Amino acid sequence: MAIPFDYESLRLIWWLLMGVLLIGFALTDGFDLGVAALLPFIARNDEERRLAINSIAPTWEGHQVWLILGGGAIFAAWPYVYAISFSGFYLAIFLVLAALIVRPVAFKYRSKHDDAAWRSRWDWALFVGGFVPALVFGVAVGNVLVGAPFRLDSDLRAFYDGSLLGLFSPFTLLTGLLSVAMLVLHGAGWLALKIEEGAVMERARRWGRFAAIAAILLFAIGGIMVATMPIGYRLAGVIDTAGPSNPLWSTSVPATGAWLDNYARYPWMLLAPILGFAGPALAYVAIARRKQALLFAGSAMATVGIVATVGLSMFPYILPSSIDAHSSLTVWNASSSHLTLWIMLVVTLIFLPMILAYTAWVLKILFGRVTLADVRSNPDFY
Amino acid sequence: MDLAVVELSRLQFALTAMYHFLFVPLTLGLSFMLVIMESIYVITERDIWRTITRFWAKLFGINFVLGVATGLTMEFEFGMNWSYYSHYVGDIFGAPLAIEGLMAFFLEATFVGLMFFGWDKLSKQGHLLVTFLVALGSNLSALWILIANGWMQNPIGSRFNTDTMRMEVVDFYSVLFNPVAQAKFVHTVSAGYVTASVFVLGISAWYLLRGRFTALAKRSMTVAAAFGLASSLSVVVLGDESGYALTDNQKMKLAAIEAMWHTEKAPAGLTLIGFPSVKDRTTHYEIKIPYALGLISTRSLTGQVQGINELVLHAQERIESGKLAYAALEDLKVNRVDAAARATFEEHRNDLGYAMLLKRYVGDPRDATHDQVMKAAWDTVPNVPVTFWLFRIMAGLGFFFIGFFALAFYFATVRRFDVKWFLRTAVIIIPLPWIAAEMGWVLAEYGRQPWAIEGVLPTFLGASSLTVAQVWTTIAAFTLLYSALAFIEVRLMLASIRKGPETRRAADATSIAPESGAGYAPLPAE
Repeated sequence: MAIPFDYESLRLIWWLLMGVLLIGFALTDGFDLGVAALLPFIARNDEERRLAINSIAPTWEGHQVWLILGGGAIFAAWPYVYAISFSGFYLAIFLVLAALIVRPVAFKYRSKHDDAAWRSRWDWALFVGGFVPALVFGVAVGNVLVGAPFRLDSDLRAFYDGSLLGLFSPFTLLTGLLSVAMLVLHGAGWLALKIEEGAVMERARRWGRFAAIAAILLFAIGGIMVATMPIGYRLAGVIDTAGPSNPLWSTSVPATGAWLDNYARYPWMLLAPILGFAGPALAYVAIARRKQALLFAGSAMATVGIVATVGLSMFPYILPSSIDAHSSLTVWNASSSHLTLWIMLVVTLIFLPMILAYTAWVLKILFGRVTLADVRSNPDFY
Repeated sequence: MDLAVVELSRLQFALTAMYHFLFVPLTLGLSFMLVIMESIYVITERDIWRTITRFWAKLFGINFVLGVATGLTMEFEFGMNWSYYSHYVGDIFGAPLAIEGLMAFFLEATFVGLMFFGWDKLSKQGHLLVTFLVALGSNLSALWILIANGWMQNPIGSRFNTDTMRMEVVDFYSVLFNPVAQAKFVHTVSAGYVTASVFVLGISAWYLLRGRFTALAKRSMTVAAAFGLASSLSVVVLGDESGYALTDNQKMKLAAIEAMWHTEKAPAGLTLIGFPSVKDRTTHYEIKIPYALGLISTRSLTGQVQGINELVLHAQERIESGKLAYAALEDLKVNRVDAAARATFEEHRNDLGYAMLLKRYVGDPRDATHDQVMKAAWDTVPNVPVTFWLFRIMAGLGFFFIGFFALAFYFATVRRFDVKWFLRTAVIIIPLPWIAAEMGWVLAEYGRQPWAIEGVLPTFLGASSLTVAQVWTTIAAFTLLYSALAFIEVRLMLASIRKGPETRRAADATSIAPESGAGYAPLPAE
């Protein structure tokens, strides 16, 4: 059977789909991470903590699958990206993994014992399980923007020069903090929708307001750094957008300000950074006016805008190499074969709508605010 | 290639995979047992079955969460520790993993929350549907991961692309319907069902011995006995030996399992027991069942089952042929339109992986000596005594489970829930299905060595270029984290079992309260 899309289009579609999956993760599990990171600051006793926890308890597991699917889809559609990022950022990925292993266990096990010390330990585990991934994801994205220290040999085996501490620079710390601010805001947005009015929601609002200001400032400083510091790459020579996936055949040159090229070439892309600023601003206004749905809309816009800005700024790069001109991974040289991209597209088009439909159904069944009265009476609650 | 990193990465993968598989079989089986129990509740409308479903669902939840948490490790680890492997076969291997996410993980993870939180928000039928979707999701996820694993054992539907230096899919249909994958799927989920049956039966037996929650225990035992009998028959009859005639490595694995050093006249005899010696390349004191092996593995009277020595000679030929493919590939790297090199490569492409076995002994396989070729050829033999014994213990346990469940089924049918020795046995053997399942995995994957992808990519080439310190760090951290979680899990499990079912309604309380053992009066509906 002939494949109805050419290789170039499929690569573009899969680049978009990778964006959809990562944004799906940030939008859904993002607020779960945010609520967990807020936990020690918004809840002062066990009941309050359970209120916050049970606002995300029934659904966080489904949300985490966006990350698992993101990993699987990158493996299937962008094997180089999967192979090099997971091994190149080895210890950082392990940190995220450990945090994400502890998180489900903490959810499930914390309320199984009526013991203050037991519960307090698990609550700290939940905080770590929310805060650490939020920070490390942001730091990792910062490193993707500046380029990772890897090179490929003629067998396309990857070698690395980096270390765990090497991942932290002023710029990547900034992106890490931006990620935390964004997800904390989104967590506050979720709580505004999902729990009853009261002390917990008041505190969530206060932290949300702080996070909104931080997100705007950090996003702006990040933009200035990208414009003025040696961050960014451009492709040199002939670019074969439908050629075999072999990074060795393309050449990159570092160039300050290159990550802003796309906005001149495709002005519609400016929509993403605009959302990135407008979202937190809207959230801030919504907090002041006590509009709860608007707060969530603002935090969601912020999340979509900021994540999309990273992807669009780098296009066609996915993971540049900071040490080798012929190893950078782009949309045109790092994908799976034409056939695999097509098969995976068909499968995705069948199942993604189904997933969205049943996720919506579950959210509808669970619709309604969680109250302290529920926490006291419902035996199924964590 | 740092072999220490390779060995440590293998150790870490083995440890984390085996740990993950402590939780998986119970999830696979218990999810379907919950569907059975809840179906009875929906049909009979007797509250006791709601209590039963909710009780086992609680234990299911404690187990499930660790299965999910440790499963994440597995997906990340391919990229973290096996980066060259991920590049080399990601075009094929990545697809089933992604489809697993799309088709299975979303289903089970989205509905598992509703299963626990939705008892009062859904109709009875609605909740049963949700429980069924969780079971379906977890079993589908086993299907896709075994399609991925089956392809490692029998890499069909793919070929090497000289431009991208990796394997690429050419026939996705044959990857999906890989006979090795199908056999493995049925075998693995059946093993999961046996595990869950033994678990439910053992805990019910413990309650009966103590005279606690007998109404729950008797009913659970009946479900477990029937489900367990069907599953234990399936796990043995549909064992995955049927796939062993397909590829050279599978043939080698079969020869190693049987410690069959020389090809025998068809149909070959099956070695029941003996003492294989790697040094002498022979098996001492063997007791054989004539014809049995030939019949089982080739499904015919005339099919040859090849012995280890012959398979090694064959491997040697393939290494020599692979050296030509490797040389041609090096030429193609320099000049991709070199017609002569292209022709040579096309002729020998299927043996390229065999040349890579030489990289353990020599930097450039083109320079390999005859001795090095012989060493590499003998590398294709997995550890014979280990595979031989693992198989016998696993298969022995399989047959034991059939007998055990047949007996359980008999006692449940004649309503004898007071046979003390049987109840005690049921409690004692709770760990056995886990042992059998772990041995099965070690046999399958250790028996696949030296290959990561049989005939295509040796394991030692698949690892990431990490440092020994990095891998030690994560092994140590995994060990600490996983040990702590195992400790907590077992404690919670035991506490929940000791506590027993929760009685929310007065009706439940009356049907459970009698602890005398006399509380179970068979009803027409049952």
